[in-house]
Amino acid sequence: MAKKPIDQNDNLLEIRDLKKYFQIGENTLKAVDGVSFTIKRGETLGIVGESGCGKSTAGRTILKLYDPTEGQIIFEGKDLSKLSNSEMKPLRREMQMIFQDPYASLNPRMTVGDIIGEALDIHGLASGAKRKERIQELLSLVSLNPEHMNRFPHEFSGGQRQRIGIARALAVEPKFIVCDEPISALDVSVQAQVVNLLEQLQEKMGLTYMFIAHDLSMVKYISDRVGVMYLGKMVELAESDKLYSKPLHPYTQALLSAIPIPDPEIERNRERIVLEGDVPSPMNPPSGCNFRTRCPKAMPECAAAAPQWKEVEPNHFVACHLYN
Amino acid sequence: MQQLTKEHFQPISVDLRQAEQISRPSLSFWADAWRRLKQNKVAMVSMIFLIALIVCAIFVPMMSSNDYFTTDLAGKNKKPSAEHWFGTDDLGRDVFVRIWYGARISLEVGFAAAAIDLVVGVIYGGIAGFYGGKIDEAMMRFADILFAIPYLLVVILLLVVFEPGVGTIILALTLTGWIGMARIVRGQMLQLKQQEYVLAARSLGADDMRVLFKHLVPNSLGPIIVTLSLTVPSAIFAESFLSFIGLGVSAPVASWGTMANEGLPAMKYYPWRLMFPAVFISVTMLAFNLFGDGIRDAVDPRLRK
Ligand SMILES: Nc1ncnc2c1ncn2[C@@H]1O[C@H](COP(=O)(O)OP(=O)(O)OP(=O)(O)O)[C@@H](O)[C@H]1O
Ligand SMILES: [Mg+2]
Repeated sequence: MAKKPIDQNDNLLEIRDLKKYFQIGENTLKAVDGVSFTIKRGETLGIVGESGCGKSTAGRTILKLYDPTEGQIIFEGKDLSKLSNSEMKPLRREMQMIFQDPYASLNPRMTVGDIIGEALDIHGLASGAKRKERIQELLSLVSLNPEHMNRFPHEFSGGQRQRIGIARALAVEPKFIVCDEPISALDVSVQAQVVNLLEQLQEKMGLTYMFIAHDLSMVKYISDRVGVMYLGKMVELAESDKLYSKPLHPYTQALLSAIPIPDPEIERNRERIVLEGDVPSPMNPPSGCNFRTRCPKAMPECAAAAPQWKEVEPNHFVACHLYN
Repeated sequence: MQQLTKEHFQPISVDLRQAEQISRPSLSFWADAWRRLKQNKVAMVSMIFLIALIVCAIFVPMMSSNDYFTTDLAGKNKKPSAEHWFGTDDLGRDVFVRIWYGARISLEVGFAAAAIDLVVGVIYGGIAGFYGGKIDEAMMRFADILFAIPYLLVVILLLVVFEPGVGTIILALTLTGWIGMARIVRGQMLQLKQQEYVLAARSLGADDMRVLFKHLVPNSLGPIIVTLSLTVPSAIFAESFLSFIGLGVSAPVASWGTMANEGLPAMKYYPWRLMFPAVFISVTMLAFNLFGDGIRDAVDPRLRK
């Protein structure tokens, strides 16, 4: 990737012990349960994990689409966690989101021009002829025909819709974008187009991404660092090469062993770690380390206490009793 | 044989923007719904009938030389003729004109009830669904309690308190009638506010008003209109029914229900006195229901059976 080198000390975003609980009747659902990490300016931080582990909730809470239950979200030195909606409004220009479902993320009753223009209207960025010009410019930026601004979302394919969503996010010229599984609903051939577009835009505009996915190989390709989540917690975070070549956490090891290797010889002989059982309910997670019920290396102390989030090697964090 | 070099295997460049020309004309949601409605013959025939009904209800009483209350005992119970197209009733009143006065009452009740249901139901259901949580629970519990009261009981109670008449009937019908609309709107709000495009608007900094009126309401209009189109005939029928059993408008005002009621004892000898109001009630109900079905299919093709 022809990207500017990333300054390891320039944190665009710092998440400290972020929690998001949903109250469901009498029960508390711990969708995100104490995650801490930083995102450097200009980097792509990948987040992976099985369905339901709280990736989307984490992304949405960081953007203050949900009010955090606890913890801090420090964006360029400013804590967002306690800001009200009106105090957040100017900051909405700095951070944006691209959504998973290209069919649900565009209002079916609005034209493409109005969908992209909404951002301009809300922040009073452009009106009249300038608004139209800007919308067309944004459409060209994502390789869509600017003449299509008066069309409706249902007239476009999934990949095109996803690009409309990207144009909408770019309209406010953000610094940081949460990409919530932006390609998992697309055909494989179109996935590459969208990923390439995201990379080009990152280069051109110096964007910082938090890239959520469950496809590990795509995340490795696009991310500088990758964090692995399990049941609302971050279990491991490292540079992507390192995470893939030397995973420490048993859960990461299991996830990686499930990726097929395009070499029949290796593929046949390698050992696959199969996780047993289902992901426990986030309403009622196991005590101690919440992975212990499925962990092939579980020890007695795993039930007693939750493991600490530790930097076991430079820039390689893991939460596991094997390394405490 | 031709020499093949590496240059022959360059990818041809495709301009994505060229590849994405769309040739079909752009249609908004409503234009598309109208196109589908136009293709539905049954719905179009119903619509033409209903338009004719409305036009006649407005103009026939205005232009006719007869009125609904002048009695003519010498000319009572006349057969349909050139002078009295639908004959006369037992007081010698012209049935044709009375039918159109009755149509006015039916349409008034139908549209007024629908309009009140719309306003109350959308606001009530909208607030409950949009804010959710405790507010929603309290509001919907109250609606459930109201809904559990049988409406005949409500009508009878209201008639004790108020004068019988069109106003009382509308009040009786809407007192619980809005609940259906409120439930539909609440369901829509609860479902739509979770949609990603609403989150997208929020992440752009949209406030409640924008989310409500740019995103939630426009996307709920389909089900709202469908509900509305079926409220009108049910209110019309309720008015006819109440008037028929003597709980509705009172003499000398003409309503299809009272006319059918008065015609019933004379059915054997003067059948037209019952037949005309009965036919108008039935055909109007049928037309409204078929038109409502057509609207439902046009607005949401997925609901089609
Ligand atoms: N608004 C909400 N109210 C209640 N529970 C929620 C809400 N949003 C998410 N959850 C719950 O929180 C947990 C985490 O959900 P989340 O959508 O963040 O998972 P995810 O990792 O993004 O999964 P996926 O890969 O399927 O998108 C799930 O158990 C989900 O049911
Ligand atoms: Mg998700």
